[in-house]
Parts: sequence; C-alpha cells; structure tokens
Amino acid sequence: MAAADTHEHDVLIVGAGGAGLRAAIEASAAGVSVGVVCKSLLGKAHTVMAEGGIAAALANVDDRDGWQVHFADTMRGGQYLNDWRMAELHAKEAPARVRELEAWGALFDRTKDGRILQRNFGGHKYPRLAHVGDRTGLEMIRTLQDRGVHRGITFYMECTVLKLLKHGDRVTGAFGYDRERGRFHLFKAKAVVLATGGIGRAFRITSNSWEYTGDGHALAYEAGAELKDMEFVQFHPTGMIWPPSVRGILVTEAVRGEGGILVNNQGRRFMFDDIPELYRTQTADSEEEGWRYTQGDKSARRPPELLTRDHLARCIVREIKEGRGSPHGGVYLDISWIRERLPHAEEHIKKKLPSMYHQFKQLADIDITKEPMEIGPTTHYMMGGVLVDADTQMSTVPGLFAAGECAAGLHGANRLGGNSLSDLLVFGQRAGQYAAQFANEYGGAPVDPDEVEAIERAALAPFARDGGENPYQIHHELQDRMQDLVGIVRTEREMTQALEGLHELRARAGRVHVAGNREYNTGWHTALDLGHMFSVSEAITRAALERKESRGAHFREDFPRKDDAFGQFNLVVRKKADQTMDIVRRPIPEMPAELQRVIKEQS
Amino acid sequence: MSTTFQIWRGDKGSGAFKEYQTDVAEGMVVLDAVLQIQAEQAFDLAVRWNCKAGKCGSCSAEVNGQPRLMCMTRMNQLPAGEAVTIEPMRAFPHIRDLVTDVSWNFAVKKRITPFTPRPPDAPDGTWRIAQEDVDRVQEFRKCIECFLCQDVCHVLRDHRLHDRFVGPRFLIYAAALEMHPLDNENRIADLREAGGIGYCNITKCCTKVCPESITITDNGIIPLKERVVDEFYDPVRKLLRVFRS
Ligand SMILES: Cc1cc2nc3c(=O)[nH]c(=O)nc-3n(C[C@H](O)[C@H](O)[C@H](O)COP(=O)(O)OP(=O)(O)OC[C@H]3O[C@@H](n4cnc5c(N)ncnc54)[C@H](O)[C@@H]3O)c2cc1C
Ligand code: SF4
Ligand code: SF4
Ligand code: FES
Repeated sequence: MAAADTHEHDVLIVGAGGAGLRAAIEASAAGVSVGVVCKSLLGKAHTVMAEGGIAAALANVDDRDGWQVHFADTMRGGQYLNDWRMAELHAKEAPARVRELEAWGALFDRTKDGRILQRNFGGHKYPRLAHVGDRTGLEMIRTLQDRGVHRGITFYMECTVLKLLKHGDRVTGAFGYDRERGRFHLFKAKAVVLATGGIGRAFRITSNSWEYTGDGHALAYEAGAELKDMEFVQFHPTGMIWPPSVRGILVTEAVRGEGGILVNNQGRRFMFDDIPELYRTQTADSEEEGWRYTQGDKSARRPPELLTRDHLARCIVREIKEGRGSPHGGVYLDISWIRERLPHAEEHIKKKLPSMYHQFKQLADIDITKEPMEIGPTTHYMMGGVLVDADTQMSTVPGLFAAGECAAGLHGANRLGGNSLSDLLVFGQRAGQYAAQFANEYGGAPVDPDEVEAIERAALAPFARDGGENPYQIHHELQDRMQDLVGIVRTEREMTQALEGLHELRARAGRVHVAGNREYNTGWHTALDLGHMFSVSEAITRAALERKESRGAHFREDFPRKDDAFGQFNLVVRKKADQTMDIVRRPIPEMPAELQRVIKEQS
Repeated sequence: MSTTFQIWRGDKGSGAFKEYQTDVAEGMVVLDAVLQIQAEQAFDLAVRWNCKAGKCGSCSAEVNGQPRLMCMTRMNQLPAGEAVTIEPMRAFPHIRDLVTDVSWNFAVKKRITPFTPRPPDAPDGTWRIAQEDVDRVQEFRKCIECFLCQDVCHVLRDHRLHDRFVGPRFLIYAAALEMHPLDNENRIADLREAGGIGYCNITKCCTKVCPESITITDNGIIPLKERVVDEFYDPVRKLLRVFRS
C-alpha cells in the first residue's frame, strides 16, 4: 500500500452534524473506540444553520399533543410513504432526546412556568418546536460538539471520505484524504455510520453549502446498499432571491410561524385560494382566524401559509408563472404587517427572528420589520437516502449504518419542518447504539490493499490528465440541468433529456484536469465530489421518471394527480452486477392495527 | 464592474499578494468575488466557507486589514474603485492562501470544565428556568466560533501568548457556562491561572470585530474579572481559602 496514514476504530462515523455527533456520543458511551470524520471544521456542519426548531411532542404549550398526534402529522406530511415504524419511534422518542439535550447544556426558550417553549410550524397540529430564537441548530450542534470533545472521541476535521471499504458483504472501513495536506487516510473500522447530510449542491438554487454533494448517498450506493425515495427532494418555499449572490439562502419557516404572510404583486394573499383536501378541515377560513392561531389561540386553525412546504412551493411557482410575481421573480413574504396587530411589533420581530432580521439587513438592505421580503423556492432537503432498518439504522450492507438526512424513511414524500433536528437525535442515538453493538458482536475484518490502491490511483488521476475540462464548469452545468429539468415541476420529456445530459457530462468529467498540488486544493476536491453528485442526480432522475404520479415533494406535470396504486410502494435504487442503476418497486408493509387506529383517531 | 483584488497566496507563512480582476455585480459580498476568482482564474485557491449567511463562522479573513466574515462583507461597503486586499487571519499558523490552522482553539476549549447541571427540579427529570435567565446568557451563546476576536486580540496576535491566555472567545465561553442557569461549577480559579484572564487589558478590540455583536468585554470579560477579584483578592475570602487549604 502506498503512503496512507492508517487509523483504527471500533466505530467510524462519517459526518459531524447533529446525527453524526449524537451517534458518536452514544457509541462512545457504549465503551467502544470512536472516530469521527468531517469535511469542515467541527461545528460548521449544516446542522448549525437550522433555525426554526426541533419537533417533539413535549406537550408543554398544548397538552392535547402527544406522540400519537406527532406520528399522525408526520405520516400525513409524508403522504403515507414513510416507514411507519420509524415515524412511530421518532414520535415516541423525540421528547426524551430533547430533554437530554437540555441536560447536556442546551438552553431553549421557556414557557411562563419555566418549561421548554414550543412554536408552531407547518404541518404540525399543535405548537411543537422546541427552539431558541431562530438559531436552534447552533445551540444543538454546540451542545453535542462540546459534549463530544470531552468523551475521548477522535475527530478528523477537514477530512473527506472517498470510498467505503468492504470485505465480502461487510463494510470494514473507509478511505479518504485530508484537505490540509492532501494526504490519504485509511480508516479501519468494525462498523461505519454514515451521517453525511444532504445533496443540495446538485441543484443551482439551494440553501445548502459546498459540503452537501450527496457523498453518503453515493458511498452507500457504491458499496452495494439500497437507496430509497430518491425522487423526493424538498424545495423550501422561502429562499432569498435578491441580490443574485444570496439566491437560495434560507428564510426560515419561523417567519410564517410568527404570523408572516405570502402576498403576490396584486397584494393578494394567494395561499387562501388553494387549500388541499387533505388539510381543509385543519386550515383557517379567514385571515382573522389564521392570525389568532399564530398568537396561540387554541380554538383557531392554522393559516394556509403553514401548509406543507411542497404545496407552498408549487403555489409560489404558479403565481410567478402566471405573472403575479415580484420584480426579481419571486413573491412577497411579509412579517412587517403585524404592526397592525401588535403594539411593539418591531421589537417583537427582532426578538423572535433575530438572525433573519440581521440576514436581510446585511445582505439585502431590507428591514423586515418595515418592508416585505422577496422570496422564492430553494432546494433544501433530501427525503430520500440510504434504506435502513427502522430500529437499528443498519443499511442492507452488514456493518454499514446511516442516520440523519442521508438516511431515508422517516419523512416519506415530504418532511415537516422541525422533524429533521429531532430525526438526527432519535436516529443518531440509535445508529450509535447499534453500530457499537455490531462492532462488539462481529469484531474486525481485513482491508484489501488492492482495493485501496485502486482508489488512490483514481483519486490522483485528475492531476495526471491533460483533458482540459474544468471541474467547476462541469459542476455548474450539472446544477443547471438538475435545476431546470428535474426541479419542482417535472415531465417525462425533460427528465429523459436530463438523463442524456448527465451521461454526456459524466463522460466530460472523466477528462477533468486539476492544476497545482494536493494541499488545500479546492479544484481537486470539486473534481472528486463530482462522482458522488452524478450518482445521486441519476438516482433522483430515474426514480422521478418511474413515479408516474404527483405526491408530496414530487410533482409531475404529465401526471398531476395522486394515484393510489403508487401509494402502495417505495422506489428502491440499487446497483446491478453490470454496474448500471436498477429501480425497483418495494411494497410498503401493512401498518399494524394499533397505528392504523391512531391515524384514524387523529384525522 | 471590474474590480481589483489583492489576494494572499502561498503556503505556511511564505507568500505574497497576487492581483486578480473580476466583475462585481449588484449585492455581491467579498466571498462571492473570491469564489468567482477561484472558479474562473485560480482553481486551487484555498478558502474556507460553508453557510454564506454569517451562521457558521468559517469564512474569517482580513479584508482591507479588518478582520471580517467574507460572506457578510458587502462589496458596496468597501471604498469604490479601490483594490480590495484579502489576507488570512494573522493570529494563527498559516496553512495556505486564506486558510489558517485554528486547531489551537479546539484544544483550548477542551481544557475548560464542561457544563455540570444541578439536579433536576421536577420528578420527571426536567428543570424550570425563567425566560429572563435564558435571555441573559443568550448573547454569549450566539458565538459562531469565527475566531475573529482571537485574531484581533493583541495578547495572541502580537504577543503570541497562546500557551498562557485562552483569548476572548473562551473567556465568553466560560462566562456563558458560569451564567448558565443550571450550571453548578466554578471556573474562576481556572480562568485566573490557566485561562490567563489577567493578560486582558480591556482594549475592547475583540468586541469591535465580533460579527454577532457580542459585547465581549463589557458583558463577559469585565464581570469575570470582577469575580476573580472578589474571590482571590477579597481579604476575607483570601483568609478563608488559607484556612481551607
Ligand atoms: C438553512 C437551513 C435551515 C434549517 N432549519 C431546520 C429547522 O429549523 N429544523 C429542522 O428540523 N431542520 C432544519 N434544517 C434541516 C437540517 O438542518 C438538516 O437536515 C440537518 O442538520 C442535517 O443533519 P445531519 O446530521 O444529517 O448532517 P449535516 O449537519 O448536514 O452534517 C453532515 C456532515 O457530514 C460531513 N460529510 C459529508 N460528506 C462527507 C464525506 N464524504 N467525508 C467526510 N465527511 C462528510 C460533513 O462535513 C458534515 O460534518 C435546515 C436546513 C438548512 C440548510
Ligand atoms: S479586550 Fe481583552 S480579550 Fe479583548 S482584544 Fe482587548 S485584550 Fe484581548
Ligand atoms: S465571540 Fe464573536 S468574534 Fe469571537 S468567535 Fe464568537 S462570534 Fe466570533
Ligand atoms: S460562510 Fe458561514 S459565516 Fe461566512
């Protein structure tokens, strides 16, 4: 084997967001040695950007809440494609995970009697999101990070995993490079947990940072694991659109939770015009009722701005397409109007939404306490991911686990806001526990030196080539294709075109050349990320072609209706022996009678 | 409009400004310009960033000599028509181009006694906390660990006392723990000794550069210094400590 630093751990965790850190803490508590690898510095993962809150049925604000309601809300939001067992575990365990975070030092906003305060969010029947202002993710990641560093966990910061290693069926480690020196690292492990987050960088307009190139999805796929629900990409309805350089940056849903409304260029609150059947009985009849809901009136129903994200994103696209958009191609989101209702509205907004106030003031010269924001949809979250066992989070490859955004199941066809942070805690904990257990039960297995050498060779190829393609250019073209052809509104014709485009781009990516040396060379890193993005983009496109209906985040203009037949299965993506991609329909197992009853009672 | 950028290029301390021209469009921030230069002209330019929204604290650098987050520095806040200089933070070892080795900060944090809560208030294992108490420490908990305050503090930047002084970031980290409504630890003795709080002479440079507008000196460091004085120089307490030991 050539020069690679070798490290050995019982459990290797790839990713240091909420899911990875929670898994690491759990595994180390089980007494095994734990290593965590992450692409950026500690504390910079996506989780730090989460704003709105963590969903958990603590029932501190409304005592009608309970795991049953949370479960039913999650299933309805996911259009019943969710793994019902995961939704059940999540709803039951989230409250304990949030309380535990508090015991580790996280500080949430409080109710009058000193308990954790909860706020309203789209698709949640009762106020359910534990939060601290609009920087909940920072509080969460810092708490986990600070706890993690005192537990003897080894962190490999700014280190990127390129490939998983296998022995027979089993995963036995991972191979990667550090950014600083460009040196290779071989990680031997008895179990590996993927917690790599999302895929947003495959699209042009996104709230995601450079890290979210779908690495975990692709690593698992390449290692022979099955992926699921890849057609479901969440486009968040409210991203910034102006100035162009901030396009895509998220505007938290909490703005709407606090009373923010959506208006078109005629001043019309268009969300009242289109309320889906599934939610009609739960939605306010009048602006008056909607306002009362946001102010905590328990007899009121939610305003239509708090319907699910997929629906909002499509309504916004419709307004823009039909010429009722704002000057820069979005619509208006207005929180300043609450001045009409509240005496100290400006102070209230600054206190409840401090980082939004800051973000618009500094990046767009807009004072959100005085004027409306211009917003439009942005690629935000990946529902699809590694298919895992609900209880243990193990993938279809023994020894390989996945948790958080890179795993599939909890959210089905559409994720509710706030259900991600709780997902990270609940399933991060489970993945850590079962990965440690697996490591103890099965021990280690060897690594194949030839495999390692082949990965090294492939990784260094872009330096040796003189193909002349620029990795950044290929990345931009990939993003354009996905955005324009596999975006919010999809058709067979465009997606077929996208597949052809991907094929051609992949060939060009084989001719990418990078200059300079291996130390902190972003061009090289981009070249290496491309492979992951191609796998993920192809999986999204193929699954989206196969789902000939519209459901949740997946909307087909050529099949605009939901089709019950398609509600009976998930689409599973896997690699065939001949290396091509296979899409299979996997029937959803029948829900136990007890859970069916819960859903009936809650509808 | 085409603008000139002087960007520090080089490895491990050696290096020089290199000049680039790029078009600056409406609303662009410094980080946009840097990434544009990277994508079009300097493919291997090393720079850290993540969120592009001032939330992660990755993109710290010195823009026209001022410690700033590149993603929150609008081009139109800088003098028009003049070249923009961008260099890495100077208080930490240089790695490459705009990237520095900030690992010292992570090591410092590890040495600070972690959060230690009092026993739960309620039988179900939860606590009761007043919103005012949450609000009071909120300011310090907003820290995004950009380390700009560390970069500008003369004790670290000029006197290089990294082994004796934890720096403003970790003074307010300690303050946040000390003011945490549930915490039962006392970190004052540590701050005085290993923390080197005495090295801070309240120049307030750290407060001025904090992108989160944390009043590091007045609300964090000065109250901590007062407690050091109370606990160590107060004659009655001093006596008590002599008796105890
Ligand atoms: C702006 C914004 C606001 C949000 N607000 C909310 C909210 O209010 N509530 C909510 O519930 N959800 C919210 N979300 C979603 C939620 O934040 C994310 O889904 C969640 O944080 C993902 O966590 P994770 O642990 O799965 O991964 P991440 O936090 O994304 O971390 C992934 C980690 O994996 C590492 N990694 C990736 N690839 C590799 C590789 N190849 N090798 C090594 N390491 C790798 C990365 O470096 C990183 O450390 C928001 C998302 C965004 C973008
Ligand atoms: S106030 Fe103290 S900590 Fe802050 S910069 Fe000055 S000397 Fe450093
Ligand atoms: S205190 Fe302010 S300047 Fe210092 S690291 Fe934190 S956010 Fe940055
Ligand atoms: S990129 Fe996150 S603070 Fe600048």
